[in-house]
Amino acid sequence: MKQSIAVTVNGTTHRHEVEPRLLLVYYLREELGLTGTHIGCDTTSCGSCTILLNGQAVKSCTLLAVQADGADILTVEGLADNGKLHPIQEGFWEEHGLQCGFCTPGMMLAAVQLLARKPNPTDAEIRHGLDGNLCRCTGYQHIVNSVMYAARKLAEHHLPAVPPSRRTVKAP
Amino acid sequence: MIPAAFEYHRASSVSEALQLLQRLSDAKLLAGGHSLLPMMKLRLTSPAHLIDLGRIEAMRYIRQDGQTLAVGALTTHWEIESSQLAHSTAPALAEAASRIGDVQVRNVGTIGGSMAHADPAADYPAAMLALDGQIVAESPRGRRTIPSVEFFTGIFTTALAPDEVLVEIRVPATSGRTGQAYLKFPHPASGFAVVGVAAVITRDGGGRCTRARIGITGVGPAAYRPTAVEDQVTGSTLDEKAVAAAAAHAADGVDVNEDLFASAEYRAHLARVFTKRAVLAAAQRGG
Ligand SMILES: Cc1cc2nc3c(=O)[nH]c(=O)nc-3n(C[C@H](O)[C@H](O)[C@H](O)COP(=O)(O)OP(=O)(O)OC[C@H]3O[C@@H](n4cnc5c(N)ncnc54)[C@H](O)[C@@H]3O)c2cc1C
Ligand code: FES
Ligand code: FES
Repeated sequence: MKQSIAVTVNGTTHRHEVEPRLLLVYYLREELGLTGTHIGCDTTSCGSCTILLNGQAVKSCTLLAVQADGADILTVEGLADNGKLHPIQEGFWEEHGLQCGFCTPGMMLAAVQLLARKPNPTDAEIRHGLDGNLCRCTGYQHIVNSVMYAARKLAEHHLPAVPPSRRTVKAP
Repeated sequence: MIPAAFEYHRASSVSEALQLLQRLSDAKLLAGGHSLLPMMKLRLTSPAHLIDLGRIEAMRYIRQDGQTLAVGALTTHWEIESSQLAHSTAPALAEAASRIGDVQVRNVGTIGGSMAHADPAADYPAAMLALDGQIVAESPRGRRTIPSVEFFTGIFTTALAPDEVLVEIRVPATSGRTGQAYLKFPHPASGFAVVGVAAVITRDGGGRCTRARIGITGVGPAAYRPTAVEDQVTGSTLDEKAVAAAAAHAADGVDVNEDLFASAEYRAHLARVFTKRAVLAAAQRGG
């Protein structure tokens, strides 16, 4: 039997009837068309499906959409504010934090949670905080530099790492 | 990978979960889903019903109850890892929580789910054995408390009855000259414990060991206490030589696991090395 869920994604509340077995990542990608959240391994290993669920980084390939009923979700599409990049996005741009870009959305969301928990992280803390995210291209050093960049930028502008929900439009 | 279809039920209280468990056949409880969903995606299990415990806020707490640390079954690994109270009253438990998987997994997975799942390579079981922890289960027959030595009965098997819900974990708060440590050799790919050893060591004023409790995970079909090591450490001065001699018995009598990454021989070796290190680390922390 289908279940009705209401999920707020990047500030917009969506209501859908979903099959209980629908995984959250497929809900985001296929129901909502938010394909910035990637599926790499589908086995909870690579972190490319990482999103923030009520502010916490989670792997959306291993959660049911029904488990997210009532939750507030942030995906990569919600990071920028009106075309202005979030400091973590700016960091990846400036510090060359990506090559192919496949891991990048998940990396950035894991990094945002890391910065929310530790605004001034050391190199080792960044590596530990991104332990659940694999990158096959960069060798990680530039990703660490990108997170450092974002930490400085957030501190400079006194910004919270997790951007506040911007839109509160209720879907019909 | 998509799980087989099932009916979804959301419990709002433990008693509702118990009723659903009673009424539905082929039902499974869902906590964080970080062991159950991967298995369902691989269709290793395809339950007809899932009973979601995730909204029972009353099962999510960390509190001191006299001389005991009580942790609600739905408490996540991250909540335990980041709890000051857990670190000060049961450091080995908090340390085990902090070594599980990765950040995302720790944000979602729960201590109750991990204990009930009883993966032979899970981290908490080692800490629970070394800490003399207890598991509180509720069923229509009431509540009962299961000592951790009786809880892990085999590979993925526990003393929980099919109609029981694990509601709480209880661990005696550390006191006096007692030191605790949890050391782990993680599998490089999965992060699970190839070997994980928890040690709780108490010494007297002269530095002699008066009590030793050790839990080992990853090595056998279920976590266990190497009682030969405990007996030999107790009474010793906890110098490296004595501890190494005792730790040589860490895998005695155990049917040691073997996989592509670690042969039984290598794993048994790791068990001895990590037992020695964990005992020494705990002894040092105990002062
Ligand atoms: C990528 C990855 C890496 C991991 N690495 C590690 C690791 O290094 N160390 C480690 O220890 N674990 C590891 N895990 C497992 C993780 O800790 C799980 O969260 C945990 O084992 C299960 O907890 P859960 O809340 O997700 O339970 P679920 O998956 O929801 O449930 C697991 C089982 O327990 C039952 N159950 C759940 N709650 C209860 C309850 N209250 N009463 C009775 N039965 C219940 C369920 O019916 C199910 O059979 C890893 C998992 C993943 C995905
Ligand atoms: S796709 Fe979810 S962790 Fe790899
Ligand atoms: S940039 Fe290619 S996987 Fe990370």
